[in-house]
Amino acid sequence: MPVLTNPLRDPQDRRLPRIAGPCVLVIFGVTGDLSRKKLMPAVYDLANRGLLPPGFGLVGFARRDWADQDFAKQVHDSVKEYARTPFREEVWRQLLEGIRFVPGEFGDDAAFETLKNTILELDQARGTGGNHAYYLSIPPGFFDDVVGQLRKHGLAGVERGGAWSRVVIEKPFGHDLESARELNRIVSTAFPSESVFRIDHYLGKETVQNMMALRFANQMYEPIWNNNYISHVQITMAEDIGISGRAGYYDGIGAARDVIQNHLIQLMALTAMEEPTSFDAAQLRAEKQKVLAAARPAKNLDLHTARGQYCAGWQGGEQVLGYLQEDGVRADSTTETYAAIRIDIDNRRWAGVPFYLRTAKRMPRRVTEIALSFKRAPHLPFTDTDTEELGTNALVMRIQPDEGITTRFGAKVPGTQMEIREVSMDFAYGGAFTESSPEAYERLILDVLLGDPPLFPQHEEVELSWQILDPILDHWANSGVKPEGYASGTWGPRSSADMLARDGFTWRRP
Amino acid sequence: MLITLKHTTSGQIASALLRHRRAQGASGLVFTLVVVAEERHYAKVLEACIEAGREHPSRILIVVRGRSTKSVLDAEILSGEGVPGSVITLRMSGELADHGESVVLPLLLPDSPVVVWWPNSSPDKPADDPIGALATRRITDASGARNPLEALRIRARYHSPGDTDLTWTRLTPWRALLAAAVDQYPSRILEATVEAARDNAPAELMSAWLQGRLDVPVSRKNTRGPGITGVRLVTPAGDISVIRDEEGVMAEYRVPGQPKRTVALKRRDINQLITEELRRMDADDIFEDATEVLLKRHRAALRQATAKQPAAPARKRKAHEAPPAETPPPGPDPA
Repeated sequence: MPVLTNPLRDPQDRRLPRIAGPCVLVIFGVTGDLSRKKLMPAVYDLANRGLLPPGFGLVGFARRDWADQDFAKQVHDSVKEYARTPFREEVWRQLLEGIRFVPGEFGDDAAFETLKNTILELDQARGTGGNHAYYLSIPPGFFDDVVGQLRKHGLAGVERGGAWSRVVIEKPFGHDLESARELNRIVSTAFPSESVFRIDHYLGKETVQNMMALRFANQMYEPIWNNNYISHVQITMAEDIGISGRAGYYDGIGAARDVIQNHLIQLMALTAMEEPTSFDAAQLRAEKQKVLAAARPAKNLDLHTARGQYCAGWQGGEQVLGYLQEDGVRADSTTETYAAIRIDIDNRRWAGVPFYLRTAKRMPRRVTEIALSFKRAPHLPFTDTDTEELGTNALVMRIQPDEGITTRFGAKVPGTQMEIREVSMDFAYGGAFTESSPEAYERLILDVLLGDPPLFPQHEEVELSWQILDPILDHWANSGVKPEGYASGTWGPRSSADMLARDGFTWRRP
Repeated sequence: MLITLKHTTSGQIASALLRHRRAQGASGLVFTLVVVAEERHYAKVLEACIEAGREHPSRILIVVRGRSTKSVLDAEILSGEGVPGSVITLRMSGELADHGESVVLPLLLPDSPVVVWWPNSSPDKPADDPIGALATRRITDASGARNPLEALRIRARYHSPGDTDLTWTRLTPWRALLAAAVDQYPSRILEATVEAARDNAPAELMSAWLQGRLDVPVSRKNTRGPGITGVRLVTPAGDISVIRDEEGVMAEYRVPGQPKRTVALKRRDINQLITEELRRMDADDIFEDATEVLLKRHRAALRQATAKQPAAPARKRKAHEAPPAETPPPGPDPA
């Protein structure tokens, strides 16, 4: 039988959005913060933008003695408080018809039997046709239980008549190479690798696509995007908050595992990779994997890594505790809250260009950015005093909170004398485009429902990034040295500045 | 502008600074929007412009024809204080009013697109209008004319690339739902029906789009409205249908073999429509195709009418623009 194409669609007709097919989204750990503040508002925002199908079910699973309407009330409250788009009664009415709640524990067979019946009931009542997505918003320790239960009750991996089942997991994807492999083994017992969506909520699809557009839609950047012109790259993710009550998760994990392994290494791969032949999932992943395979930590880890722990102090006008004084942190903890590493990429484009990755908590402000620093011009036909205040050119891709691009270059100071100074030219995505950037979670959830995975890392990428990070983590663990303290509200410990000074650079103040 | 923050942190100060910068649109205006409006509708048009400017930081030039017979230009500049970009009102009267383009041209932002919007009455050939000719995108609204259906046919007859009409914009949520329904139930469609109030312009355009895309007969059924009340696509297994309730808020959505579901399908206000329209700076080929089918359907209907009543006088009035004094203000969505 010939494949029927939809005559109402046309590639030229770009007003028509892609709407996900009918499906059920099951959220485990629905009472958690992430679910309340991000997932449920994102589901509503998608519905409000007309991107959810008329047949859509939302099932919550948690250890609460709730009926459907109690859960619906929670969804309602979190939508009202956190949704990006205005609350509209008619959209809420559309969503409400598909909201269900199943109480229970992860080990409880009866609860999963109820879950199964609930989903089957939705398939009938809402016409969701056996399409199910499971969002595991729970600690990785429970993955084994939940995935096992889904398999046992015939809820996972059954692909019949075009129906799909997908699973969404969040970082951390393990705490080293070995545990990442174990995690992948557990999940793959029930779901084939193309049905596993690993969500890195720091890295919205919007950001990735913005970077792809900047690099590959323009002619003027690509010629200078290499070691002929670039001296080094700094990738920063700074948070102004501390661990804010998440000691149980954070202590023993630390900044490098929490952020560098997934977020910063992904940003590095996107910055450094070659042009993919197309933007489909396989091509993009192939390029990222190639560049990750060529990346390795600096040879001397004592000289080219730095780690620190925040001490009590003042951050942005508030008095704050040190890491070791936070609730639930062991007094002798050696977990780092500041991590900076150097990565070298052994290929023709990047040989000799160090990539510095840093992340920390309790920094002066919240910022994520990628800064490409250029070499100095080979000859300056000015006197030294003319160019005293001239630094090096930089191209900065700002990722949050103010997504955009900054170019730094030298310009003459108006007046009679010749004096050259650094100036910035700014572009902000928020200002220049019509559609306000959709929250990262909306894109992620929509992609899961559409089955559109290009920007989600698969397990190969996860394993490659652990291969880069594992030697550094082992080195830190075996060194017997405690992380260096740094005052809260400053840009990190002394050793981090030294680490760049050795190569003749300084950290940008983002 | 003075911002006072008490009991604050540096994070809050930073975001206030950011908001301020955004609000000023200092991060770059992306296009110039020229609005050709009438004095009576000025307040409403100004509100829509400020609303649209929030999502599209732009320079907005509102051209208003004054009553004086002397050639006079009065201008008002509105900037900051919650106004994104800048809104410049140009009141022209006398002979000058016939040469509005000479005032507008020097005020266009350099090297960026120009959009012209006629919220009420518009010239028959927007692309040939002196101000329309400055633009790459021209937005009209047939529903602002006295006879919207006739106005839509005039749009269709004189269409040139870059023209769109808000009648088309009003159809987007309907079209998205129908396309999604056919995605889910990819079956051969035998015929289609569009149900709407009599002589409803959006319904005629919807019928034309469906006929062009599906290449099957599309019939119209008159209902009490408001606007379009439903669309049915007949397949061998049953109907795919989207039927909207009488308040024009919720719709029933049916696909063969699946339970009935309800979906939000509210009529959108003028601000939302113009905001969608400003997202596209390129020509809308799909709209152009639909307008061609619209004319074809109209000609077929006329032929049929004359064949039935050969003696009856030709009903079709010669296409004239409705006199501006008769046009209603930019209203809500009649779709």
